[in-house]
Amino acid sequence: MWNTIEQMAPYAVGYTVPILITALGGLFSERSGIINIGLEGLMVIGSFVGGVSVYYFGPLMGNARAAWLGILLAMLAGTLFSVLHAFASINLNADQTISGTAINLMAGALVLYISRRFVGTGNIVVNSMTRVDIPVLKDIPVIGKLFLTDTYPTTWFVLVILIVSWFVIERTPFGLRLRSCGEFPEAADAAGISVARIRYAGVLLSGACAGLGGAIYTVTTAGQCNGSVDGLGFLALAGLIFGQWKPFRILAATLFFGFAVTMAQISMLLPSFASVPPLALKVFPYVVTMLALVVFSKSSQAPRAEGKFFEYKKT
Amino acid sequence: MKILVSVISILLGFVAGALLMLSSGANPLTGFSYLFQGGLKSVTRICNTIAYAVPLMLTGLSVTFAFKTGLFNIGAPGQMLIGGLLANVLALTAGLPRPLLLPLVIAASIVGGMVWAAVPGFLKARFNVNEVVSCIMMNWVAYWVVYIVISDHFKSTTIDTESQVIPAAASLKTEAITLLTKGSNLNLGIFIAIIATALVIFILNRTVLGYEMKAVGFNRFAAEYGGINVQKNAVLAMVISGALSGLAGLTFYCGYLSNMRIGVMPSQGFDGIAVALLANCAPVGVVFAAIFFAILQTGKGFMNAMMPIPPEIADTIIATVIYFAATSKLIEMNLDRIKKFFGRKRPSKSEGSGEHVEHH
Repeated sequence: MWNTIEQMAPYAVGYTVPILITALGGLFSERSGIINIGLEGLMVIGSFVGGVSVYYFGPLMGNARAAWLGILLAMLAGTLFSVLHAFASINLNADQTISGTAINLMAGALVLYISRRFVGTGNIVVNSMTRVDIPVLKDIPVIGKLFLTDTYPTTWFVLVILIVSWFVIERTPFGLRLRSCGEFPEAADAAGISVARIRYAGVLLSGACAGLGGAIYTVTTAGQCNGSVDGLGFLALAGLIFGQWKPFRILAATLFFGFAVTMAQISMLLPSFASVPPLALKVFPYVVTMLALVVFSKSSQAPRAEGKFFEYKKT
Repeated sequence: MKILVSVISILLGFVAGALLMLSSGANPLTGFSYLFQGGLKSVTRICNTIAYAVPLMLTGLSVTFAFKTGLFNIGAPGQMLIGGLLANVLALTAGLPRPLLLPLVIAASIVGGMVWAAVPGFLKARFNVNEVVSCIMMNWVAYWVVYIVISDHFKSTTIDTESQVIPAAASLKTEAITLLTKGSNLNLGIFIAIIATALVIFILNRTVLGYEMKAVGFNRFAAEYGGINVQKNAVLAMVISGALSGLAGLTFYCGYLSNMRIGVMPSQGFDGIAVALLANCAPVGVVFAAIFFAILQTGKGFMNAMMPIPPEIADTIIATVIYFAATSKLIEMNLDRIKKFFGRKRPSKSEGSGEHVEHH
């Protein structure tokens, strides 16, 4: 049993990291009061930009550098694409769920279009980043073997972002403003905060994070981009609810999803799972997601003004 | 006004498509001409377009129905898959004569869609689970159920990714229609779509149930205060919505096609959202919106064959239309605002200001 978990851990972390960073993006957006169903689509954009960067720049500058450049460009692309959602939901009083759905559909179609027309294939295969062991620390019992061996550098990058995000949201004036816009925008407005500007910041940050998540997925676990991120964006959304809109709880929730997805993906190769019917393994992550939502939705700590349009009162 | 907004959304979708074609060095006029030729060039093509529109009408109605109660049914693809799977399995195994088999197959698809939609509906009503996330999860569960059931039990002997072809007795295709339309895929599904449209209109406008559902959609707190059981309505709306998507699965997998493909999420489920939005959730509008999107979807293959434009252009146009339909309030709001602005200063110019917005 323990052996199996140790074998699964590097893969589970490989799935967790893209879900985690995307969920953190969702956190920024939802804490500011904007629901972002479009995370999946923003991830797809990021996965494409990241993949194409490795595909074209890899031979020029080496795969590792190209991957980092791709990650940077993917964050930029995700940010730009999320402007569509910000504009629709902050300025135009659009239904945020529909606008997000439009972004999901548009991202998939657009990426495949560009990919087929300009790269010549709908499925770009890229070399994955190399896994590294953390020197010295990898010898720590238990966690050394689980989380400090065979790690991607991007994992550590995302963990740093997690800590920074927690600090920014919970401990800085910007975080306070962000939260106030999500809880009670009228009060925030009365206190002289520009609700629209804060919400733009929230949505654009979510775009950057989801773009990053998509790129990481492509250059690590997936190794390809084909206009889909296998529903990870929606798992991120579920992780956000499961994690009750708190950064470290989201880490726990997404790690759980990471293990669940890994069970579905690689468990057929592990002898311990040989007796489990394949259907049960394949649907496991989706069923546990729903069960997790059942447990955590009733006592939901969702930002109170989430999904509600804020309109400035004209005097 | 509402139709105007829909037309503007379509135009903006085509503008986006044209820009994309220009960026890949193709002439948009040629491209759109091939796109429409592909959907409408001959009797057979027109009938194929209508046959493709049938599942779109049903998923469009499905999304519309849930929307009226304030629920977003993005689970239509999964409901189609399960409806289609039950219908296919029954068609392959029952071995009954057509007059018995066909009604059973239809009923099976309805039950499949209902069950698949009842889950998110119940979770929403009972546990306040976000129906968008649970619907997406149900889509993936359906995807794997179909994948494994078909590859374990009903795999075609010739093509690994497809199920066995259903017997003609269980298909919605009839010889008469096929001959009449010169071998198109048009089938009895068109009548199912028409009946479903009429039924949806009837339920929404002429029954207590429809009244209650719309009341919940407008203002759930007011409805609750008025004595309407909001939770029961949520489940019921999803179940009816699921039945429509299940029928969409039937008309697609036992009508337009004669078997199922594994590893494919039916895009008609997602396009149903576009259909419903473009139609502004009016059932009759759904019929026209579905035919319009069907032209794009059936024409894209022809266009792709005639010039190097990837077929995803159609999906890009559809997604753009959804985006602008979602932001339709912009067009309406600005129209009002500009009218007022000009109205205050120069009352005589108030009509001219309308044009100003349309060009945005």
